[in-house]
Amino acid sequence: MDTLAIRCTGLEVRYPGRPPVVAVRGLDLAVRQGECFGLLGPNGAGKTSTIEVLEGLLAPTAGAVEVLGLGWSRDATRIRERIGISLQETKLPEKLTVLETLILFRSFYRGGIEPEQAMQRVSLEEKSGAWVGKLSGGQRQRLAVACALVGDPELLFLDEPTTGLDPQARRQLWEIIRGFREQGRTVLLTTHYMDEAERLCDRVAVVDRGQVIASGSPRDLIGGLGCDHVIEFSLGAGANGVPSLAQLGALPSARSAREEEPGRFSLAVGELHLALPALLAQLREAACELESLSTRPATLEDVFVKLTGRHLRDDEARSA
Amino acid sequence: MSPLRQRLRRSPLLQLWLARFRELYRDPSAIFWIYGFPILMVVALGIAFRSQPVETIRVDVIAHADAAETARLLGRRSDAHLRLQVAVHPAELARRRLRTGKTDLVIELSRAGSGGGALRYRFSFDESRPEGRLARAAVNDRLQAASGRRDTAQVLPDRRTTESGGRYIDFLVPGLLGMSLMGGGMWGVGYVIVDMRIRKLLRRFLATPMRRRHFLSAIMLSRLVFMLPEILVLLLFAYFAFGVVIYGSLLTVTGLILLGAFTFAGIGLLVASRARTIEAVSGLLNLVMMPMWILSGIFFSWERFPEAFHPVIQALPLTALNDALRAAMLEGASTGALLLPVAILAAWGSVSFALALRFFRWS
Repeated sequence: MDTLAIRCTGLEVRYPGRPPVVAVRGLDLAVRQGECFGLLGPNGAGKTSTIEVLEGLLAPTAGAVEVLGLGWSRDATRIRERIGISLQETKLPEKLTVLETLILFRSFYRGGIEPEQAMQRVSLEEKSGAWVGKLSGGQRQRLAVACALVGDPELLFLDEPTTGLDPQARRQLWEIIRGFREQGRTVLLTTHYMDEAERLCDRVAVVDRGQVIASGSPRDLIGGLGCDHVIEFSLGAGANGVPSLAQLGALPSARSAREEEPGRFSLAVGELHLALPALLAQLREAACELESLSTRPATLEDVFVKLTGRHLRDDEARSA
Repeated sequence: MSPLRQRLRRSPLLQLWLARFRELYRDPSAIFWIYGFPILMVVALGIAFRSQPVETIRVDVIAHADAAETARLLGRRSDAHLRLQVAVHPAELARRRLRTGKTDLVIELSRAGSGGGALRYRFSFDESRPEGRLARAAVNDRLQAASGRRDTAQVLPDRRTTESGGRYIDFLVPGLLGMSLMGGGMWGVGYVIVDMRIRKLLRRFLATPMRRRHFLSAIMLSRLVFMLPEILVLLLFAYFAFGVVIYGSLLTVTGLILLGAFTFAGIGLLVASRARTIEAVSGLLNLVMMPMWILSGIFFSWERFPEAFHPVIQALPLTALNDALRAAMLEGASTGALLLPVAILAAWGSVSFALALRFFRWS
């Protein structure tokens, strides 16, 4: 089916101020029905502004938006009946219980699933009578998603659904999102975790500085790099000096080489079995001391680095 | 699940109201501020302004050859309700004591002619103080009686009453009622709204098909309901502790209380309709309430302010509410007599609510 759940063209969001801040500059997006679509980009790329326009919470400065074939200016209530939203930072009333909160949100919708059912989908049945204020971060986030599910939406918006959660809580949320998608419904989520986008999304749009700089399935985007592997290594000072980036880039099947920080390199290569022995030979020749070396498959992170020359998250790059 | 329960579950107005109600009763500190505070206020003020029997009247006699005799004369006879405490002091000290309020009356003695004539009295007192006027009358009576005046009109023994209705506490309770309706309505609505805006809860609600008027009505309705026990506690306490009773129709008083709660909830909504921080809304609320605390006759009648200000003061919602409550509670005024204050209140309430709906900021 090639009906579009979301179509948006030439989207522009400018916040007034001196000077005005342009958060989104000419962004186009087409989300198909039944897919899980990810907006991937670093903090401040304009992901939240974009999703808030699509959710009808923010009026765009320019551009056209269509959600489920309807427009916000004329059919706001009809759209709201059919979408579910989890905002980035909503603090639900702390002194209501999980079930009470879901009953409250259910009462706003004409149709929907039973609050108990929503609770079950996010595995919070045991916390039914617990106050929201007593929940853990992961449980709160699951409740936020349940509030979005309780109206039985066709389209689910999730803004940074797993930010700040521990790995186990993140995996639980992914399962919930997959379950929703398996019912043939559409999900639009924003994230700055590339692994989240890779594992969860059918297609992603890489967003930087308010524009889509690449889009497609994670596999295609990574395939487009022309290299399947990344070799990361760090060196102590060598007798003949550290090899230059040009030398590294000339290794067999190497596509690109970067010095992440002094003495720490990453090398994108097509064929590991060709590049790795050549690299080691070169290092031996230069009498460099190899402090560490690892290889990993290429990720969306590498796509972003290739397109922008920057990492999605600087702190992650440093600890990687 | 029964169909009725299912229907109640699906009513956004009820569920929004329930959410507010649960948040309140699950927060003990909020309970204290709403219910404990007005009672503490009545207790403190009731004790400070309770009706007391007239205290001892203090009289100074300026030193003179006959001063001791006069003092004995005044101090000897005393009835149950008026006790004279007489002291003899030099002229200068006695005058200073009068000036500083340590004595209520100063008596200066002299003899007619060159000292051999009849004893004469001259009273000095501060006419603006009730104690002074009381002391003059009492002392004069005793001196006249001692020098042989006979009362000829036949007066039967007094029948003394301390009936409620005219005491200060009776004046105070309707004022406190009005004040607590104002404070509760404005804080109860204003603070809650801004808090929800800061927590982005308003934005989250906006992202659902929830009707805006359901939300705002639920906030207003929850105020009306929280206010009932608050008012009841205040009135019951005033009744049991100070014997304050409602002379007028209970229905009228209830109606006025509901109208007052609605009006101030509406003004609270308007004040909070744009504010983005707790500091901003606190400042605005105080700015709106401060003039009414002073002008609207909570602790003393607004008629004490210069007449030029009266029309302005009377147009304030709290003045209208206090006046109407006093008229209904103390005088049992009819509904017709309350028409003007009721109209003023209703106008403030509905205009504020309409403006709030128009200007409300959801995020």
